Amino acid sequence: MLEQNYSQIGEKVLHEKLENGLMVYVFPKHEFSKNFAFFATNYGGMDTKFFLDRKWQDSPMGVAHFLEHKMFDTKDGNALQMLTAFGASPNAFTGSAITGYYFEGSVGFYENLETLLSFVSIPYFTQESVDKEQGIIGQEIQMIEDNPNWQLYTQMMGGLYETHPVRNSVAGTKESISHITAETLYLCHNAFYRPSNMVLCVAGDVDGEKVCELAKKILPKDAGAPAGRDYGTESPKAFKSNVTQEMAVSRPLMQLGIKLIPDEKEGLRQKLLGELLCESWVGTSSPLYARLYEDGLVDKGFYYGFESYEGCAFLIMGGESRDPEAVKKAILAEAKRIDQEGLDEGLFLRLKKASYGAEVRRLNSFEHLCVEQARAYFAKEDIWNFPEVYESITKEDVEKALGDWIKEEAMCLSVIAPKGAEA
Amino acid sequence: MTMLENEILPGIVLRAVETSKFKTSMLSISFIEELSKTHGAENALVPALLNRGSKKYPDMISRAAKLDDMYGAAVEPVVRKLGSSQCVGFLASFLDDAYIPGESNMLKEAIEFMGELLLNPAGDGKSFLPQYVESEKENLLQKIRGKINDKQQYAMHRLISQMFSGESYGVDKNGGEEELLSVTGESLWKRYETLLETAPMYIYYAGSAKGETVEALIKEVFSALPQGKRKAFVPIEETGMEKQESVRYFEDAMDVGQGKLTMGFRLPYGCDSLEKIATLRVFNTIYGSSTKAKLFLNVRERLSLCYYASTMADRMKSVVLLSSGIAFEDYERAKDEILAQLDDCRKAVIAEEELSGAKLVIKNQLCTTLDAQGRLEEYWLGQMVSGTKDTAEDLSQAVEKVTIEAVQKLANDLWLDSIYFLRGKESAGC
Repeated sequence: MLEQNYSQIGEKVLHEKLENGLMVYVFPKHEFSKNFAFFATNYGGMDTKFFLDRKWQDSPMGVAHFLEHKMFDTKDGNALQMLTAFGASPNAFTGSAITGYYFEGSVGFYENLETLLSFVSIPYFTQESVDKEQGIIGQEIQMIEDNPNWQLYTQMMGGLYETHPVRNSVAGTKESISHITAETLYLCHNAFYRPSNMVLCVAGDVDGEKVCELAKKILPKDAGAPAGRDYGTESPKAFKSNVTQEMAVSRPLMQLGIKLIPDEKEGLRQKLLGELLCESWVGTSSPLYARLYEDGLVDKGFYYGFESYEGCAFLIMGGESRDPEAVKKAILAEAKRIDQEGLDEGLFLRLKKASYGAEVRRLNSFEHLCVEQARAYFAKEDIWNFPEVYESITKEDVEKALGDWIKEEAMCLSVIAPKGAEA
Repeated sequence: MTMLENEILPGIVLRAVETSKFKTSMLSISFIEELSKTHGAENALVPALLNRGSKKYPDMISRAAKLDDMYGAAVEPVVRKLGSSQCVGFLASFLDDAYIPGESNMLKEAIEFMGELLLNPAGDGKSFLPQYVESEKENLLQKIRGKINDKQQYAMHRLISQMFSGESYGVDKNGGEEELLSVTGESLWKRYETLLETAPMYIYYAGSAKGETVEALIKEVFSALPQGKRKAFVPIEETGMEKQESVRYFEDAMDVGQGKLTMGFRLPYGCDSLEKIATLRVFNTIYGSSTKAKLFLNVRERLSLCYYASTMADRMKSVVLLSSGIAFEDYERAKDEILAQLDDCRKAVIAEEELSGAKLVIKNQLCTTLDAQGRLEEYWLGQMVSGTKDTAEDLSQAVEKVTIEAVQKLANDLWLDSIYFLRGKESAGC
């Protein structure tokens, strides 16, 4: 395996691309007795339309997530049970652009890894088990639909984007999943669960060569290229400027999305620039945040950040507030002020230090290392170079980004308002 | 990993874990009191107020600037409930010096910063600043009222507050709304002084510094604390509860699409030995808290009644609490199946493989605890509060010895005290 050292952040990464196209990353952690393995495919809730077998295919909303649930079924039983047999805690998640399967364990690492690689690469569905899963996922959908933060995000994304499928709920709806059959699952597995579209990331006191050997043994030798996809074209403007609904909440929840033009070439730089921009503009150290907090318009739950997927990038900020419109107005006014007066130099330098520190602090988590590595690999980012990239970003870069990116017409404000007597 | 535990000043216990595994150090300071309606809300407010401003860092801007300068160190007010105890204070996480360009002494800076927040709050010596008091009262009030936003958490909160009404365990970690509303700047200042003077204090550190170094730095800063009246920590004795005649039923109706079923079970004795703690944990894993558990395999996988149906065991209170999300009309079916699975445990319908699988799951959980900064901190705070010093390895060995008969006996001792159901407005009552 090739070795890459990132001495400033104390990380060593081994990596190898296997002949079948699978990328393998290993983070050697000799002092730890726990281990973590993450096996992911570059396929998520937004990949419903794809090109396979010389034709465009449309699949129902929620199929990537449904597939994630059903992948645990094997000819010999449920893979969750096999992983638990060695005491590991297994799980999986589906995002807009990624589906990942993982376990955290201590003993039986190679046995667990073998199970993980097998059940994710060998599909086994029956119509009966698919029908049964409708009940479980139906309850999962019911659960998230009762979750105001989920509704807040989903309606914001639906308001910000007009055509990009990132606007769709990853889990789909009860109606959309009712069209899923065993055949749909086989089709999507064949389209996206090919080694060339996947990555394996491992952290722990493990032997990298042995990890690669297992992957070579278990996974298909030559699986060809994955399906092509189409995300359509988006206007730079927000599809809607306001979306709102009522739910059983104690006070309004707000979320502001700001659509950006994705930087396909320098994704990492755009991400770090976006995060520094948020920190200096609305972050917990900014003068705006202090004022909003003192006026009781936001509290410690206020959050903000940058997100991107293929074909889209956006800033997101929100929390609970008694007056979402006033918060939005103040955020816009502050952008205007910074655009005119510039950023405070001292604040900017401190924020660079703090952002670097926060990024290093996250490296304690094996899950973070592996999931971030997978995400970055699919996005073609050299993620662990973040100290250098932070270093290269100047105050003027952030000021320019603020001027170029922040436009009211690119914003969508999502609000969940209290309903009736429960308020 | 070497460890030091010392009562460094009367009533002040320091546990320092020396390890260079992590890229960060963790430092926490907790005042420990029995949860009470009377002081719960005030205790929860104290760290929030201290966090708003001190003499040296009088406002949020200067406070944030200091932390940013420390490479984004996080120092947060925390309020936790462990068993019937309320732990309030600060939790800090900061980079180890090895990852900071140039010379640094982050530990010293962090201890001094926490000392400043704790010992020199902004105020006139009689009251906190009125505008800070009003704003933090409002924030806490919204936090208490906002529990309703997360229906799963809300249903558990409603079960606990009604099932344990009249007991410390039934009080929310942030205290009650009514008591909160009557708090004033003066009453809060008095509470702060009382905590500072009398409440047992626990300090935890994990990082690359030697225990002795940590102790010396802490003594230097915290020798300014008022001494003399501080009580030594005494764990709360829990005795469990004898079985009652009938199961209590509580419910609320709300505008939701999914019902939340929660159930509370009790033991008639306290879990005061390693053996009892281990047995409870093994039972909980077999019954409801893993993907191999009876509830997962039957209520979810076999009957497709839910996405989740899981239990958590609180050894400090000798209780098992169950939480599940189901369709309203499945209430009876889900409840019957949950109880049928408990009945199987009572009849020892437990395969050898279920027992050994559960043991492995627990050993794995304990092993990974040692490898995570946050979990390790919580583990030792829990040990402090329950008055034990057993390590994760000790517990792991005790788990190994648990038999099916012991699990069966515990299942028979366990009795259903209360059920709470959060149902939809249109669905019929049960």
